[in-house]
Amino acid sequence: METEAPSMENPKISAYYQTRLAHFGVVSTEWLAQAQSATNPNPPLPSSSTNSHTDKDTNFSVIDEFNRWRNHPDLAEAVAAIRALAAVISASKASTMMQLEIELKNASDTLKAWDTTSISLTAASDLFMRYVTRTSALEFEDFNSAKARLIERADKFGEISYKARKIIGMLSQDFIFDGCTILVHGFSRVVFEVLKLAAHNKKRFRVFCTEGRPDRTGLRLSNDLAKLDVPVKLVIDSAVAYTMDEVDMVLVGADGVVESGGIINMMGTYQIALVAKSMNKPVYVAAESYKFARHYPLDQKDLAPALRPVDFGVPIPSKVEVECSARDYTPPQYLTLLFTDLGVLTPSVVSDELIQLYL
Amino acid sequence: MDARRPPRAVIDPKVRTVGFFTPPDPIQFDSNSLSPVMIPPPCHSSENLDLHSPPSVTPPSGDESVSVTGSYNGSSSELFPAPMSPALSQKIVAGDGGVGGGIVASSFPRGGGVPVCKLTTVSVVNTDSFAFDERDKPNKGGGSSMEVKDQAMNSKQKNEKSSKAERRALQEAQRAAKAAAKAEGNKATGTVTSGNLKSAKATKPPQKVDNTSVAASEKKGVDRPSEKDRKKDVPHPRMQYDDKSRVEKAKRRAVVNHTESRNRVELFRHLPQYEHGSQLPDLEAKFFQLEPVHPSVYKVGLQYLSGDISGGNARCIAMLQAFQDAIKDYTVPPEKTLVRDLTAKISSYVSFLIECRPLSISMGNAIRFLKSQIAKLPLTLSESESKTSLQSDIERFIYEKIILADKVIVEHAVTKIRDGDVLLTYGSSSAVEMILLRAHELGKQFQVVVVDSRPSLKGKLLLRRLVEKGLTCTYTHINAVSFIMHEVTRVFLGASSVLSNGTVYSGVGTASVAMVAHAFHVPVIVCCEAFKFHERVQLDSICSNELGDPDVISKVSGRGDVNHLDAWANAENLQLLNLIYDATPSDYVSIIVTDYGMIPPTSVPVVVREYSREQVWI
Repeated sequence: METEAPSMENPKISAYYQTRLAHFGVVSTEWLAQAQSATNPNPPLPSSSTNSHTDKDTNFSVIDEFNRWRNHPDLAEAVAAIRALAAVISASKASTMMQLEIELKNASDTLKAWDTTSISLTAASDLFMRYVTRTSALEFEDFNSAKARLIERADKFGEISYKARKIIGMLSQDFIFDGCTILVHGFSRVVFEVLKLAAHNKKRFRVFCTEGRPDRTGLRLSNDLAKLDVPVKLVIDSAVAYTMDEVDMVLVGADGVVESGGIINMMGTYQIALVAKSMNKPVYVAAESYKFARHYPLDQKDLAPALRPVDFGVPIPSKVEVECSARDYTPPQYLTLLFTDLGVLTPSVVSDELIQLYL
Repeated sequence: MDARRPPRAVIDPKVRTVGFFTPPDPIQFDSNSLSPVMIPPPCHSSENLDLHSPPSVTPPSGDESVSVTGSYNGSSSELFPAPMSPALSQKIVAGDGGVGGGIVASSFPRGGGVPVCKLTTVSVVNTDSFAFDERDKPNKGGGSSMEVKDQAMNSKQKNEKSSKAERRALQEAQRAAKAAAKAEGNKATGTVTSGNLKSAKATKPPQKVDNTSVAASEKKGVDRPSEKDRKKDVPHPRMQYDDKSRVEKAKRRAVVNHTESRNRVELFRHLPQYEHGSQLPDLEAKFFQLEPVHPSVYKVGLQYLSGDISGGNARCIAMLQAFQDAIKDYTVPPEKTLVRDLTAKISSYVSFLIECRPLSISMGNAIRFLKSQIAKLPLTLSESESKTSLQSDIERFIYEKIILADKVIVEHAVTKIRDGDVLLTYGSSSAVEMILLRAHELGKQFQVVVVDSRPSLKGKLLLRRLVEKGLTCTYTHINAVSFIMHEVTRVFLGASSVLSNGTVYSGVGTASVAMVAHAFHVPVIVCCEAFKFHERVQLDSICSNELGDPDVISKVSGRGDVNHLDAWANAENLQLLNLIYDATPSDYVSIIVTDYGMIPPTSVPVVVREYSREQVWI
């Protein structure tokens, strides 16, 4: 039974989510078609040409570099962006620091424009810029040594971001005790890393996986966990409150961590957090530090919309509206702890870190 | 993480009785007058409690605790009219090895026209020589020195034996002597302190503590005078009002006449109780007698007193501009250094302003900035260069921290207003008004609800200005705030200050509005410039506040028939309370918009830390 394929010309459909879908969703035929067209990098950007201030021969495009990194499913998009930006510095033929900074800024803007709804992309680009340029090396007289220092810092940031998952995995091991039941939502590679490490350390625990409609990413996660011999139970999204009694903790990833300490994550996270809070279950978030963004949403509607088409399996009359937002905002009072590569933090520390970096 | 501030020495909290209690019989303090404002003596019995705790702090740490206390004292005393100064002025420093321990109650002597705070620097006295006759010597030259209560066992017994009255009498006598000595000259604090120390007559020359205190005072060097000045500016509530002679002295020294207030509320006895109305003509009459006060400062004081200038930013800017004028006309007297003398002068102006109306926190921060700038003047500058530098510093402060900050706040906050919003605001805040007008300029469609309350009814002015610009407004009284809250989408509030635990210190009524908004899940947005942040923590609205004129409560303008309270002063069991500020807990605040960006209430101490660090580099 064929469904109507939603219009792909809708500019608000988040390319980020489509990419994730391409990587992790359960692939069905109609989705495959959409995914193919979605993953084609067709950003209508004039700025990709402005990116190459430098030699036209090499025609270095940050988007190309980005896509090259991004196609690897294990690599977070933000890390791909960071690597791409680092490559910009290396490949840059600028001769003054000012020029280099301008180039970097343009590259960063290009990347951000590629998908305006992706918070981690924006956050990572911004943080990269701050981290790299916030060094006294920029006052060196010798441009080459300053540039070398920038490259060094950029690589270091890339390394940190890449290794972030491993660090988070190690930090969270203390929180998983024998015999515990963990509820996870959505497919987060960080969370998967945590669970993989715990299984590897021979901990005995079981996992409740929500289905994660409309992506149905939960199915993929349960597959992967089953391969690790971890007892997995699939629950539909509506059954979360029903099963919350048996759950010891909730573990989710994050698309972005906002300045208030709350998180932006796949649709359904807020619901789960509310239920968990009312039943006194801790909610842990595993997020890398490059996801800290300078947004401050006050309520759900304060976010920039990121839509994704929802497939109900039956044709929906056109009069009926469909809520197709792909993500929601969970306020900090519902979160217990954040596992980040900077350590295990409380939500209020996010703003501390951001202030220190940005002021 | 960057290196944080070094941990402060822990200061024992003073036990102070706050609450409903009957004031103890004042007769036991050999003064037979009931002063108008009484500080309950039980707070002094707590002094003795402190004595019994044996510290083992060595002099080097005594060093830092002296300075730490100083700075802690200084900052808070300047900013809050009724700080916890029993805690401030008490500090425990061990004596040298020969003695079991000693308590050094250090407070720095004040100059200027404000009565002395509490105790003066002390030093250690040997147990053996400890005797009450020691303290009975009233004249200790330039200053009272030792009030050392030893902590050895015998002294403990002695303390218990001696009556409170005796100790109080002794302290009073010492203070009277010291105040008399100080009334002669308005010397720089540093010299007075050293003078006090040197002229102290102790059985055991207090070399060690002397050195540490002096060393501490010089070690902090430039900071010292400003901190001491701040301590001088701690206003009345810290004064002992039960001694008739002290009250007389305070009255004589006071520039503004404080008429005795009647029917004071017990819970708020620790706050200065003023009646503003009668002071204006007094002050005007005294203008030509008040030479030390610069006319601009005098004018600003008058404006505070009459209520012409109100609102945190306006008061702060007026005060700073008055100081600018004063600095412009200032000349260094011969034989004095600019830094110390000017600091002392500014402190005297500040005391005058406090008498007119207690300082707000933003003003306190501005004064602290000014004093630190004075202290940082390089000695090589000539007088005119220093003056111009200070004037430009003040100008820059006003521009950067207030005017520009407001612009940044407006730009940030405007992003939180969407079409179709119903915004509620309380009272009249300059920042919120700017935000609303700017959003309207940008063409956003929204409605405003202005909530107002008696007795000040400041919302009416805001309402008038908004309606003039064409905004759709609703006006209501605070009684109706829970009625109307279900329609509201955002609440915008201003703040007089934000404290380190995220508590918002603002006009009275703000806490109620924020609480109702929280109950209805409406986000509360507080708009406050970063220079109004303070490192202090306050848990309730009682321990530090300002009392306004109670008479305005009894009268309703336009309703002459509501006159039931006209004779309220005669009723013995009726007290009217007019609080000016209240404290909103951080749970009710969703976001604070500052010139540093939008931050959650938990990040206020981070901003305070960054801000103070940045100040150093200005």
